[in-house]
Amino acid sequence: MMRLDRTELCLIAAAVVLAAGGLIAPGWLVFLLTMAFAKALVVQGVVMQMRAGLVSFGQGLFYCVGGYAVGMGGQFFGLTDLAVLLSAGVLAAMLLAMVLGLLLTRYRDIFFAMLSLAFSMILFGVLVKSPQLGSTDGFNVVSWTLFGWSPAKETAPMALLTVTLVAGLAVALLLHRYVQAGVGVLCEAVRENEVRVEYLGLSPRWLLYSNYVAAAAVSALGGGLTALAAGHIDPEMAYWTTSGEFVFIALLGGTGHVAAPFLAALVFAVVRTYAIEFVPHSWQMILGFTLLGVIVFLPKGLWSLFSRAKAKGAAAS
Amino acid sequence: MTNTVSVTRKTLRRLSLTMAASALALAAVAPAQAAENGKFRLGIVTFLSGGAAGPFGVPSANAAKVVIDQLNAGALPAPYASKGINGAEIEMVLIDENGGATKQVEEFRNLVQRQKVDAVVGYISSGDCLAVSPVAEELGALTVFYDCGTSRLFVENKAPKFVFRTGLDAAVDNIGAARYLAATRPDITRYAGVQQNYSWGQDSWADFTAAMKQTLPKAEAVESQMPKLFQGQYGAEISAVSVKRPQIVHSSLWGGDMEALVLQASARGLLDDATAILTCGESALERYQGQAPNGTIVGARGPFGAFAPQNALNTWFTGVYQNAYQMAPTYPASKMAQAILGLKHAAEKAAKAPGEIPAPAAIAAAFKGTSFESVSGTVQMSRADGHQALQGISYGEYHYDAKTKKAELKNVKSFSGTCVTPPDGTEAQDWIKAGFPGAKCE
Amino acid sequence: MNSIYAVLIDGTIYASWLFLVAAGLTVIYGVMRILNMAHGSFYAIGAYAAASMVGWYFNGEGAALPVWGSYLMLVVCALVAGLVVGLVIERGLLRLMYGRDEILMVIITYALLLILEDGMKMVWGVDPYMAFQPYAEMGRSVLGGLKVSNYDLALIAVSLVVGGGLWAWLERTNTGKVLRAVIHDREVAMAMGVNVGLMFTLTFVLGTTLGALAGALTAPAISVAPGLGVEVIVLAFAVVVVGGLGSIEGAAAGALLVGLARAAAVHYAPELELFVIYGVMSLVLAVRPQGLFGRTLVRKI
Repeated sequence: MMRLDRTELCLIAAAVVLAAGGLIAPGWLVFLLTMAFAKALVVQGVVMQMRAGLVSFGQGLFYCVGGYAVGMGGQFFGLTDLAVLLSAGVLAAMLLAMVLGLLLTRYRDIFFAMLSLAFSMILFGVLVKSPQLGSTDGFNVVSWTLFGWSPAKETAPMALLTVTLVAGLAVALLLHRYVQAGVGVLCEAVRENEVRVEYLGLSPRWLLYSNYVAAAAVSALGGGLTALAAGHIDPEMAYWTTSGEFVFIALLGGTGHVAAPFLAALVFAVVRTYAIEFVPHSWQMILGFTLLGVIVFLPKGLWSLFSRAKAKGAAAS
Repeated sequence: MTNTVSVTRKTLRRLSLTMAASALALAAVAPAQAAENGKFRLGIVTFLSGGAAGPFGVPSANAAKVVIDQLNAGALPAPYASKGINGAEIEMVLIDENGGATKQVEEFRNLVQRQKVDAVVGYISSGDCLAVSPVAEELGALTVFYDCGTSRLFVENKAPKFVFRTGLDAAVDNIGAARYLAATRPDITRYAGVQQNYSWGQDSWADFTAAMKQTLPKAEAVESQMPKLFQGQYGAEISAVSVKRPQIVHSSLWGGDMEALVLQASARGLLDDATAILTCGESALERYQGQAPNGTIVGARGPFGAFAPQNALNTWFTGVYQNAYQMAPTYPASKMAQAILGLKHAAEKAAKAPGEIPAPAAIAAAFKGTSFESVSGTVQMSRADGHQALQGISYGEYHYDAKTKKAELKNVKSFSGTCVTPPDGTEAQDWIKAGFPGAKCE
Repeated sequence: MNSIYAVLIDGTIYASWLFLVAAGLTVIYGVMRILNMAHGSFYAIGAYAAASMVGWYFNGEGAALPVWGSYLMLVVCALVAGLVVGLVIERGLLRLMYGRDEILMVIITYALLLILEDGMKMVWGVDPYMAFQPYAEMGRSVLGGLKVSNYDLALIAVSLVVGGGLWAWLERTNTGKVLRAVIHDREVAMAMGVNVGLMFTLTFVLGTTLGALAGALTAPAISVAPGLGVEVIVLAFAVVVVGGLGSIEGAAAGALLVGLARAAAVHYAPELELFVIYGVMSLVLAVRPQGLFGRTLVRKI
C-alpha cells in the first residue's frame, strides 16, 4: 500500500465532498462542474509544459483528438464503453504527440507556441475538409456505457461527474507525485536554465519530449470527457481560440499547485456563465478585465491567494 | 516539515471550503430567478458578437424585443391580439450564441435548469442546432430553431418531440436557386461558385450543383472556390473565377463576407460579365447602395424580409420594426418574429384556461403538425413528423435607383413549399438526385 | 500560362496587404519583445475609424466633396486612431508591465484583445460598415487579360513605401541606430544612456499606427464587421514567424512567400488553400527554426 501524504488525502477529500455535493446540486451545476473539471484536465497539460517553460498555444490539438476519438468510436465503430473510448483518445493523442514531439521539442519560447498552434490549426483544417465527419458542424456523441451498465437519462450527468472527478483525482495524484519526483523537478530546472541541465549530463530535449507526450495524454482525457458531457464535437475544439482559453485558465490558476487548474477552471466557468447572463453584449470584456486583474494583482495566479496564506501561517507558527 | 504539511492541509481545507461555498452560493442564487412569478420566461439565443451578429444576430434580437414588447402590450392584429402568451406576460432572457457548440450546450442547460425558461427560441449556427437538439429532447425543453438550415437536424433527431424548426432547410435555398435560374435563364451553360469553407458553404454547393444537374442539365460547373470563413479578401478567388468566364456565380456567402465579395467582384469587372445569385443576399438589400450591379439575383432563405407577402401581420411587423430601428426588417428579423408567433400559437392552442402556462409537452403536442399565421403568410408544420415548417421560397433581381437611392426587387419568382422541399423520410441529396419525385410546383 | 500570370498578380497584391498587416507586429516584437495578440484589434480599429469617417464624408455633405479627400481621410484616420490607442495602452498599461516574462506579455495582450473586441462593439455597434467609394472610384486596369482593381495596385505601392521607409528609418537615421542598439542589447543600450522608455513608447505607437493604417487602407475593399481583427492575427503571426521575428525584411519575404503560395493554391489546388499558410510556416520552421531572417540568440549560461 502506497503511503499518501497530506496533500493527497486532502485532494481525495475534496473530490469526495464535490461528488457528494453533486448529489444535491441542481442539474445545470452538475453539468457546469463536469465541464469545468474536464477542461481543467486539458489545462493540466498546458501547466505541465509551463512548468518546463513552454507555452502551448495548440493544446486544443490533443483536446480535439480526445474528443474525436470518443465521438468516432461511438459513431463509426460501435464502441460505447466509456473506459474504452477514453483510452482510445489518450492512446491516439500519445501516438500523435510522439511524432510531433520529435519536431516540437527543438523549439522554445514563442516558436514553440506558434508551431504548436500551427499543428492544431492543420488538424482544424483537415476536419473542416471532412464532410464524412460533419465538417464544421461536427456530430453528436452516442450515449455511453460503463462495463455493460448503461445509465438512465436522469442519472447519466451525475455518473459522468463522478467519472470526471475520479479521473481528475487520479491525474492530480499522479501529477502531484510527478512534480515532486526527479522528472518534474528537472522540468523546472530546464525552464530556469537549460544549459546547466545539460552540464548535469541530462538531455533537456528528452525530458521535454516525455513531458510533452504525458501532457498530450492528460489533455486528451479532458477532451474525451468534454465530448461525453457535451454530447457533441466539432472542429472548433482545435481552433486556436480554444487553445488560448486553456492558456488563459492556466494563468488564472498559476503553476503553484496541482489543484490550481481545477480551481481556475471552476472560477472561469462561473465568471463566464454569469457574465453571459448579465452582460450578454460584452461578456468577453469582463473576461479580459478578470485576466488583467489577476495578472496585475496576483501574478502567480489565483493559487497565490492560498500560498500567501501559507506564508503567513508559516511565519505565525 | 510538519509545519509546512499542516499548512498545506490548511490551504487545501480552505480550497475545498471555497469550492463548496461557491457551489452552494450558486445553488442559492439560482432559485431566486425561478419562474414562479406567473410570467412566461422565453430564452432567446442568437449571435450578439462575432461576424454573424451584424447581419443576423442583432436584427433577430431586435425583432424579438419589439415583438415581445408588442405582445405584452396586446398590440398585435388578429389572431394574436391576446396579451403576452395566453395572457401571461413574456419575460425575455437573451443569450449570446457566439463561442461554439460545446459552450452553447452548457448555456442551454443553464437556460433550462437555472433560469427555468418555459421555452427557447433561437440558434443560427447549424452546429449549435445539432448539438442542442439532443439536449433539448433529454431535458424535455421546448425549443424552436428559427434560422439554422442544416438538413441533418431531423435526420439525426429521428423522433423529435420537443424540437421544432420554423425556418427552412438550407437545401430549399439551393433547389429554389436552381429552379429560378431554369425559369429565367434557360440558356446558361457555365456557372461557378464561391462558398465559405465550412459546412454551410460545402452543403450549399453540393445541393446547388446537384439541383442544377436536374433543372439545367446542359450547364456545367466550371469553377468552385472555397475561401475560409471571414476571409474578407477575395482577390485571388475572383481572378480564378474570372479566368473561367462563367455566366452565373452562385454564392452562399453571408454578412460582411458577402458584401465584400460583391464589392470586389463588381469592382474587378467579374459581375459585368456574370450574374451573381446570392442565396443570403436579401439581408444586405439596403446596404449595397448600388455596389451590387442591377440584375444581381438575391434570396432571403424563404418568403421573408423584402419577399414577405402583403398581409396584416407583416404590415404590423414592418411598421413596428421600422419605428423602433429606422429600417425595414431583413429576413432574419422576419424569421425570429415567425418563431415567436408560432410558439404563441401553439401555447395558446394547448392552454386550457387563460393565464395558464402549459407544460412543454402540451405545447409540443399542440405545435406538432399545426398551421399558424405569420409575417410570411400561413406556415404549415408539415415536415419531419410535424416539427419542420413547410414554406415556399422566392428569388428576385436587385435593382437600384441612384436618384431615389432606393433598392427594389424585380422579376420575383416564388416556388411553393412542395416544389422545393423533399417529402418526409427522403434526404435532400437523394431527392435531388432522383429528379425531385413527387414535387408539386405551381 | 494565363494562370501563372494571375498567380503572380494575385500573390503580389495579397503579399502587399500581408506585409502592411505584419509590419507593425514585427516592429513591436523586434524592439520590445512583445508578441502583440491585440495587433488585430488595432487593425480593426483603424478599419472602423476609416470606414465610419469615409461614410460620413460622403453621406453627410452630399457628393460635392472631391474623392481625393477620402484618401487623405483614410490616412489621417489611421494616424489619429493609432496614435491615440497606442499612447493610451502603452502609457496606461504596458509601461507598468515591462520586465515581466515574455509569455506573460502575450497573455496581457490577449486580455487586451478581449477587451478591445467588446470595446469596439460599444463604439461602432455590430452593423457592418461599408466605405466603398475610394475603392470603386479608382476604377480598374486590364493587365494581360486580367481585370485588376487600381486600388489594389496602389496598395502594392503603399506597402513598398512603408517597407522602404521603415528600413531607411532604422538603417539611416540616428533614432534608428539607437533603436537597433536597443534591439541588440537592451541593458547595454540603457547603460549607454539610451532612454529605453521613450524608445518603447515610440515603437509601440509606431506599431499600432502601422496596424491601424493597414486596417484603414483595407476598409474600402471590405465590409468592416465585428471579429475582423481576430481573423488577421494568426495570419500576421504566420508571416512574421516565417520571416523571422523582429525583422522588417523578414516580414516582407514572409509576406511574399505566403502570398504567392496562397494564390497558387487558389488557382491550382483550391482544396489546399486552408492549409497553405500553416504548411508554409511548418516547412520554413522545420528548415530554419528562427525563420528566414531571424537571429539565433546566444545561449546564456
